[in-house]
Amino acid sequence: MTAVPPIVTIADLCYSTGGQDILHNINLDVFRGDFISIIGPNGGGKTTLLKLILGLLKPSKGTIRINGRPPGTHGTCIGYVPQHVNHNLRFPATALDVVLMGAHDPRASRWARTSGQTKDTARETLAKLGVADCAGRKIAALSGGQRQRILIARALVSRPEMLVLDEPTASIDTKGQTEFYELLKELNKELTILMVSHDLLIVSSYAKSIACLNRCMHYHQSFGSSREVLDAFYSCSVDEICPVGVIAQQPWTIRKME
Amino acid sequence: MIDALHFEFMRNALLAGLLASVICGVIGTLVVVNRLVFLSGGIAHSAYGGIGLAFFFGWPYMVCTTIFALAAALIMAAVSRSMRQRADTIIGVMWAIGMATGILLLDFTPGYNVDLMSYLFGSIMSVPRSELISMALLGGGVLALVFFFFKDLLVMSYDEEFAQVQGVPVQALYYLLIGSVAVTVVVVVQVVGLILVIALMTIPPSIAEKYTSSMLQMMAVSCGLGMLFITGGLWGAYHYDLTSGAAIILVAATGFLLSMLVDQVILRQRRQRWLRAHAIDGNDR
Repeated sequence: MTAVPPIVTIADLCYSTGGQDILHNINLDVFRGDFISIIGPNGGGKTTLLKLILGLLKPSKGTIRINGRPPGTHGTCIGYVPQHVNHNLRFPATALDVVLMGAHDPRASRWARTSGQTKDTARETLAKLGVADCAGRKIAALSGGQRQRILIARALVSRPEMLVLDEPTASIDTKGQTEFYELLKELNKELTILMVSHDLLIVSSYAKSIACLNRCMHYHQSFGSSREVLDAFYSCSVDEICPVGVIAQQPWTIRKME
Repeated sequence: MIDALHFEFMRNALLAGLLASVICGVIGTLVVVNRLVFLSGGIAHSAYGGIGLAFFFGWPYMVCTTIFALAAALIMAAVSRSMRQRADTIIGVMWAIGMATGILLLDFTPGYNVDLMSYLFGSIMSVPRSELISMALLGGGVLALVFFFFKDLLVMSYDEEFAQVQGVPVQALYYLLIGSVAVTVVVVVQVVGLILVIALMTIPPSIAEKYTSSMLQMMAVSCGLGMLFITGGLWGAYHYDLTSGAAIILVAATGFLLSMLVDQVILRQRRQRWLRAHAIDGNDR
């Protein structure tokens, strides 16, 4: 394997609410250049895991390290693309303003005006994502797919090492999804990508590795075919390929597993 | 209107109104984009408890009400963050408790009882100069805080989760914002009444939101609209001898309805243009 230390190290991570483990003993290393897709049923803890990595939640047990430091202290190392693109639609801001929010550093001087250079970077990022013409338009006037790209641009503008996306294609049509994954593939040449996704067929042809998550995690470093992934997730041959599939929603079955 | 300004009380009323519209324009914009209208209503009404307390114990009004409103606001903020799903219920309960406490305390206060109406609709026509000064100072303080944290508030208002990932101290800023709303309410209630506070904090920003493309513009336009409504309402109240607070609210409400009408006209015109551009026969519609 690589001698380079991983960007994200997750060790024996548990997260529980209401006396139940939402996540149980998760171990995962994310290395530079990875394109990992997290799949799993609703309630399996996918979004929770992302929130823990982003530092929005605190783990109940175990550790997460981002470049050796705990999450939430990493500054601009992670770019985050949220799930909902229709969030706060009527907010008075242009697409460019939203992208510039990604360049905001709360530790920087309060009185510094946004430099022309930052604006140029923001415009370049928009152009790279193919939405340069949207820059001056209000976010409410954009389509879901365009807003999605604006949110990716917002995450990219601070030049992060890793992009974290939560079900990014939930509000994009089929054609848009293919374009979107092509875009991610392109971005993956420079960036590490960790995302949650539901569409297995597309995921299996773009992601480099897959993590099955249903309270416990099983990480498929590489997989031979999309068939294998589908089997792992849905089929009866679960035991050999991915033990996670057998775990039901109740905690006592986890104990049985151990 | 000009001759009305010969009277000092009219000059003070106008000044108080202009001050209130600036404070409410800025804080109201934040309230509207952060969807805190109900919470602000709760703060405004529970501040009533503070007024009652001030009169019952004979404590100074400004200090007592400010502390009471701040405490109520911070409790509401804490509740709304820890139990997001039922925040509105708790706020509704505190809203009622605060108001009832205030009224009972006023009942228990011996001797002359202040007119409750003056706190609902304000007494803008009888604002003394001293109050104008304390209003300007407190309001100035709140505005300075808002502009000091402007960018953080902007990022947070659009997407709180993203702001937190960026390292913006979201929690602290949220409390700061709610605290500012509480101070705004106290500053403005005495002058324009708590019903007018909510109207001034919501109507101008919700009109401004539609025609502006940045939060700063929205604040500026809200301030302008607030001034327009207050001046118009005051003029009406003076000329036709009406309750000033109610007159101002109705002028603002008329503005709100007009803006909705204008929107419809704009939409219709846009559609006509679209139809023409796509060469669709107008009779087919």
